[in-house]
Amino acid sequence: MINIENIRNDFPILKRKVHKDKALVYFDNAATTQKPIQVINSISNYYLNYNSNIHRAVHELAEEATAAYESTRDKVAKFINAKNREEIVFVRGTTEAINLVAYTWGRQNVGKDDIIITTEYEHHSNIVPWQLLTKEKGARLEYIGVDDNGELILDQLDKYLETGKVKLVAFSQMSNVLGTITDSEEIVRKCKKKGVRVLVDGAQSVPHMKVDLQKLDCDFFAFSAHKMLGPTGVGVLWARKELLENMVPFNGGGDMIREVHKYETSWNDLPYKFEAGTPNIADVIGFGAAIDYLEKIGMDKVREHEIEITKYALDKLSQVKGVKIYGPMNATKRGGVISFNLGDIHPHDLATIIDEDGIAIRSGHHCAQVLMERLDVSATSRASFYIYNTKDEVDAFIKSLYRAKELFKI
Amino acid sequence: MSSADIYREIILDYYRNPRNYGKLPNPDVAQRDSNPLCGDELEMHLNIKDNKVVDVKFTGKGCAISQASASMLTELIMGKDFETVKKLSKEDILDNLGLHDLGPARIKCALLSLKVLKSGLYSYLSEKLKDTASANKIKEEASGLY
Repeated sequence: MINIENIRNDFPILKRKVHKDKALVYFDNAATTQKPIQVINSISNYYLNYNSNIHRAVHELAEEATAAYESTRDKVAKFINAKNREEIVFVRGTTEAINLVAYTWGRQNVGKDDIIITTEYEHHSNIVPWQLLTKEKGARLEYIGVDDNGELILDQLDKYLETGKVKLVAFSQMSNVLGTITDSEEIVRKCKKKGVRVLVDGAQSVPHMKVDLQKLDCDFFAFSAHKMLGPTGVGVLWARKELLENMVPFNGGGDMIREVHKYETSWNDLPYKFEAGTPNIADVIGFGAAIDYLEKIGMDKVREHEIEITKYALDKLSQVKGVKIYGPMNATKRGGVISFNLGDIHPHDLATIIDEDGIAIRSGHHCAQVLMERLDVSATSRASFYIYNTKDEVDAFIKSLYRAKELFKI
Repeated sequence: MSSADIYREIILDYYRNPRNYGKLPNPDVAQRDSNPLCGDELEMHLNIKDNKVVDVKFTGKGCAISQASASMLTELIMGKDFETVKKLSKEDILDNLGLHDLGPARIKCALLSLKVLKSGLYSYLSEKLKDTASANKIKEEASGLY
């Protein structure tokens, strides 16, 4: 078991009050997590003591900054069990990582009448880049459907794979709305048999469970630092070395070049070919501290805690009359994300009401309008948990839901 | 503004039993808009005759504030002089709703209906009345709402 009390002490923000005197119950972790003092300190330490640009200068500050920045790359590679450190490309976030693949690999490899497959429970960031690409190329975008239990209907993938036209299957390893954990290895296995490339959106999974890329065996993998205790503005694209080597650069500029002449340029080695311009040095360093923090707890423990709190919350929530919960009811089949609706209270109204009690949840379409359409709702409320959340907080949340029911007279 | 003040009986009543809900068969003004942040949707239809709003209806999906606001706005403008309707302000809407201190996120819910109305009047003024000056003024007002 993890020691929640010790963990909570590392998060200064959890001590603040909201709405004057209400304790903060932060249940919006699927949007972004809070940051421990270790991450905050590592960022300010960089600015206070060794702020410098990286890779080229030879002075001591630059050497320290370069070493710290590059050490995060090693930590990331180890954290997700990537084979090579040069397969780790730092980007702004999951969205940029997916766009990078769409604009480079996609433009080089997808042609007229080819098919790209995504799923009905994707975030807009794993839909819109593929719409842009398929429209530009005259290709088709198809979806794997979601069943009433909130799980993917994987049989639908087979009929598309049979056509021989599929170039890429892009899906999230964990739904940001339903919390459903995708049977990723099964999808990859089906795709490999047909030589189809696979992109996995790990924005929701990497922060909450052990991810092993060598076991997963996909071709592209994307995730963000800010959903796993790190700062905003940093994300990772991992891709197989042989793919990255054949992809054209996404951004041109400094650091991504070997030699620039008037009309021709040769590219830098991996991963620098894809990191044009001065990167987000401070936040990459902060991301390293976030990984250290999670490694120290252990991802198995993180997952164990989330299953426990999710199970507790699912149980309590389903006892509230008028609540409809979306997604799998088995906590071992989902991450710490619960989307629900309460009677005819619109999620925005619900979020406003319980915010007064200090409870921060998300309401709306969660950047997943295709899924909202599938569920036939305009919006849902979403509570999402992380390592610092407690059962007492779930109790406070449930109590606040009863106040909302009273206000709406249901 | 506390929830108890926002979700008064009257707001809940308009949310659950919206007046003037529906569509007009041949509207002079038909305007739709949504709030991308929360997905509130609203469509408003108006018929205008002899410089009066002779009929108005709306359809939409969204929170209690956005839907009550739209329904109350339809009642406010029904039968009113076109000039009066053109001049409706943000304050008029908030007065009508009895909601004054909404936070920055929720005020958009309250004002979506006015935004839709003003955008609809812009099209009407520019396309049907060819009154470019008034149209542009109202377009500016609509985009300045939030």
